[in-house]
Amino acid sequence: MISHLRTMWLVFVHLFHRKVTIQYPEQRVPLPPRWRGRIVLTKDPDGGERCVGCYLCAAACPVDCIALQATENEEGRRYPEFFRINFSRCIFCGYCEEACPTYAIQLIPDFEMAEYKRQDLVYEKEDLLIDSQGKYPGYNFYNVAGLDAGVKEKGKGGNEEEPVDIKSLIP
Amino acid sequence: MPTIYIDNKAFEVKAGKNLLEACLSLGLDLPYFCWHPAMGSVGACRQCAVKVFKDEEDTRGRIVMSCMESVKDGLRLSVNDKTATTFRSQVIEWLMTNHPHDCPVCDEGGCCHLQDVTVMTGHNYRRYEYKKRTYTNQYLGPLVNHEMNRCIQCYRCVRYYRDYAGGKDLNVFSAHNHVYFGREKDGVLQSPFSGNLVEVCPTGVFTDKTLKEHYTRKWDLTNAPAVCQHCSLGCNVIAGERYGQLRNIVNRYNSEVNGYFLCDKGRFGYEFVNSENRVTQPLIRKRQSEAVNRATLMQHMSTLLSGHTLIGIGSPRASLESNYALMDLVGKENFYQGIPDDLVYIEQKIVDILLSGAIHTPSLKEIEQADAVLILGEDIWNTAPVMALAVRQSVMKTAATHTTEQVAIPLWHDMAVRELVQDAKGFLANMTVTASPLDEISASTMRAAPDDLARLGFAIAHILNPSLPEVPDATDAVRTQAMNISRALQQAKHPVIITGTSCWNNALVRAAFDIAAALDLTEKRAGLAFVMQDCNSLGLAMMRSSSFEKAITSAERSSNVTAIILENDLYRSVPAGQADAFFSSCKNVVVLDTLHNRTTERADVLIPAATFAEADGTFVNNEARAQCSSQVFMPANSEVRESFKWLSEIRSLKTTAGNGHEKHPDEILQALESKFPQFKGISRSAPPHDFRFHGARIPRESHRYSGRTAMQANIDVSEPKPLQDDDSPLSYTMEGYRGPAPSPLIPFFWAPGWNSGQSVNKFQLETGGSLKGGEPGVRLAEQTGVTPVFSRDIPDAFTARQDKWLLLPQYHLFGSGELSVYTEGIASQSPAPYISLSRHDAERAGLKEGDIVTVKSDGKAYSLPLSIHGSLPDGIMLVPAGLRGMDSWSWGGWVNISTVKV
Repeated sequence: MISHLRTMWLVFVHLFHRKVTIQYPEQRVPLPPRWRGRIVLTKDPDGGERCVGCYLCAAACPVDCIALQATENEEGRRYPEFFRINFSRCIFCGYCEEACPTYAIQLIPDFEMAEYKRQDLVYEKEDLLIDSQGKYPGYNFYNVAGLDAGVKEKGKGGNEEEPVDIKSLIP
Repeated sequence: MPTIYIDNKAFEVKAGKNLLEACLSLGLDLPYFCWHPAMGSVGACRQCAVKVFKDEEDTRGRIVMSCMESVKDGLRLSVNDKTATTFRSQVIEWLMTNHPHDCPVCDEGGCCHLQDVTVMTGHNYRRYEYKKRTYTNQYLGPLVNHEMNRCIQCYRCVRYYRDYAGGKDLNVFSAHNHVYFGREKDGVLQSPFSGNLVEVCPTGVFTDKTLKEHYTRKWDLTNAPAVCQHCSLGCNVIAGERYGQLRNIVNRYNSEVNGYFLCDKGRFGYEFVNSENRVTQPLIRKRQSEAVNRATLMQHMSTLLSGHTLIGIGSPRASLESNYALMDLVGKENFYQGIPDDLVYIEQKIVDILLSGAIHTPSLKEIEQADAVLILGEDIWNTAPVMALAVRQSVMKTAATHTTEQVAIPLWHDMAVRELVQDAKGFLANMTVTASPLDEISASTMRAAPDDLARLGFAIAHILNPSLPEVPDATDAVRTQAMNISRALQQAKHPVIITGTSCWNNALVRAAFDIAAALDLTEKRAGLAFVMQDCNSLGLAMMRSSSFEKAITSAERSSNVTAIILENDLYRSVPAGQADAFFSSCKNVVVLDTLHNRTTERADVLIPAATFAEADGTFVNNEARAQCSSQVFMPANSEVRESFKWLSEIRSLKTTAGNGHEKHPDEILQALESKFPQFKGISRSAPPHDFRFHGARIPRESHRYSGRTAMQANIDVSEPKPLQDDDSPLSYTMEGYRGPAPSPLIPFFWAPGWNSGQSVNKFQLETGGSLKGGEPGVRLAEQTGVTPVFSRDIPDAFTARQDKWLLLPQYHLFGSGELSVYTEGIASQSPAPYISLSRHDAERAGLKEGDIVTVKSDGKAYSLPLSIHGSLPDGIMLVPAGLRGMDSWSWGGWVNISTVKV
């Protein structure tokens, strides 16, 4: 009896508390920038695709929901021929973002991806690619990777010496 | 066996090894770069440092390079000693100072020895923050990619390319910390063994350019143990698939066969599997819609089978299972080999010799260890490249072995042995029709017509065994040469004679046998190795069927013939006139093949067959070793099936007994074995299809295989059931038994911490030794001690005829392969068709280089440019064999030049 009355009292008191529930979707959820939501592929400062098709995200993915195929342009710059994420399998763990050596794949604060058909949760590269550098502006992998893939010549990157003149014996 | 103490634990190790080999053989992880089991130690990279102690009381010890220190009884060393581990981590830190941060775009990433060793030594944070050295790259041809920034200066590439493989155009340039590994200038790497640089280089300086076209990490490949299809040696390979395409071929270590290395044709010649020219749909020609489904095809086949005389044409490049299934379908008496009579005769001779048990046929490893080699007529550089590499090792190592027997220097001490040996070489006599790159390491060479080479062989046999007849009218030059060679062979402990079928001359085979048998009588273990033409030539020859000419006769005899041709482009195997004659006398032609070719154009019914990568199959190599090649992937197109499955299904139409569907390849082999006693033991060449480890299969995929739930999500978001393979113990999943698999079933080499191919040391009994559980494959011919029956039939000396030339084929490593030319990089290195004459002959006929010469062969005229061959004997015309689009000619016949256009 006392327990019942106590419960009713508690419920009554809650009428005067601040409401936790928000009126979504009229009212938006405040999401922190590091929220692990929808996965995007970002672009380099020069507008090229950041993804170099290294397969590390696919290898890191615990549910194996990333599949891609790397290819190369004439200049030797690698990019994915196709890049597919099956969001109906994705658990938004963020391991792919951690594994990505080029900051290409990023998880963003967006969770509104519900679909009526499961097939529509399969995102291709066109769906994933955004026209932004995301969280890491100014970074271009090819500037620090050493090799010449049309972004910069050998020796022109950060922390690189001019190519060795192999005909010279001067130290 | 000496006992050594590693970190105070006693281990028994093999004497004569170095500490690094001993540690690796014991299963310990010790990092290294410059040492390679096939190339020995030079102590250049300083990565394998360990601490050696004077005795039990010594606590201070000294750092030594384990690859440069011999095993001694009672030796005490420490791998885990603090100073040693610090030393190793400092060395890797130095090596890594200039290594670029490009692993994500490096093809070696994921199977990189440098990555493995860096992790193994614990160097995980880079303190060096200054500028990195860079290099410009070179164009090294269509097969190998160069990215010099990644180099760690271990010198393995030049040691392999120059010292091991005998290449000349790759070298080290510049000095101090600027050394550069490359060519003098951009250009295609000349050695046909350059592809091994990809595996020899511990990092990504040299990578596979064909893989780059469809790049896939090692962990994402579906792998299976396969057998190379491009020559008769049967090198073991690992083939990898992704997204329904064959992606690359890497070496599968087999100490008896290919060891650590492949030739470029084997490594890169896989792209025919992905070709757009593949047969993908059953076709019934001469009807409204030619493409049909399986039910229609079977219905049509049953009408073709009843009331028709069946003729089956087998293939030297199809597996034994498929050939046997065809023989089973058409009946033994109606099964023909699909190669010309002359070749069948020579191959039959070889089979008789091998199966007689009178002689030992050596494996490639034994050829490597031979101390005198005589090559009689065979151009092994082009027809059996890895054998040429083995012969080179025998020549280079014999002298080293002799030297190290006298001086106390172990054989693995590469630089020291080289200093001692200098230019001394073992004995090689290269007796061929034309010059060969092997000539430069030969002690004795001869350029002559096949008959003259055979006469030289008989002359040698006569010296070795005087009861054999003397060669009549032998010239003094031949006598002296025969004397020199026989002396060298007599002095050798393990002489090897090599011959083959590429000269289309049976006297050579008989002469080679006489020499080997004569040597055997003198209590030596002489070896006689044969080179065949295709990957299953010997297997087909062992079925002892008749030649193609007999098939024509038989087709002409009856009016209602249905010919079933198995994976054989007759226009490449027999002269075009004969093929046409055969087709015109057949009422129906059924062809099973993988790629469209001129024979499939003549087919009334065309059935798509699976390539080696899509099929299980057993192939018999040149030493009569039956080896199993496993299916790498199931074709997405279910109309593409193994030939033996199609043929079993067609047979079930005929007999109506049993449906034939569920016939496993091992059951076909058992049937083959019971029918032909010469194949006894062949069903043991691989574990049966129901072999399991505690109920588990062996996975074709690595445990890191990615994309499982996304690969096919674009087609259907629900993942399909994993593919079922009832034909082998391998599975199409990541799950299964990950322990040591039986050696014929190792799908790829990987061990914890060893992602690169170097992990093979975990699969070997000792480094460079045999695989745990024995080498894959079953040898079908062993020496039994039967007294040899010598051949006494010596051919007449070759005489050049007036205006007539002996027609011989010239095989080209790049170009002569039917399948390998589908790889663009190989096709681009293939020569254009030509006709070759000796300089003297050309001058006599008033011909100049490049003149268009018309030659009539088998009623067909061919006009080709003339190429004058400096080393060709007079009276012989050489024509490249098997170039794309070229007919097969009547090799060994005589032709004349009809017209000349300047």
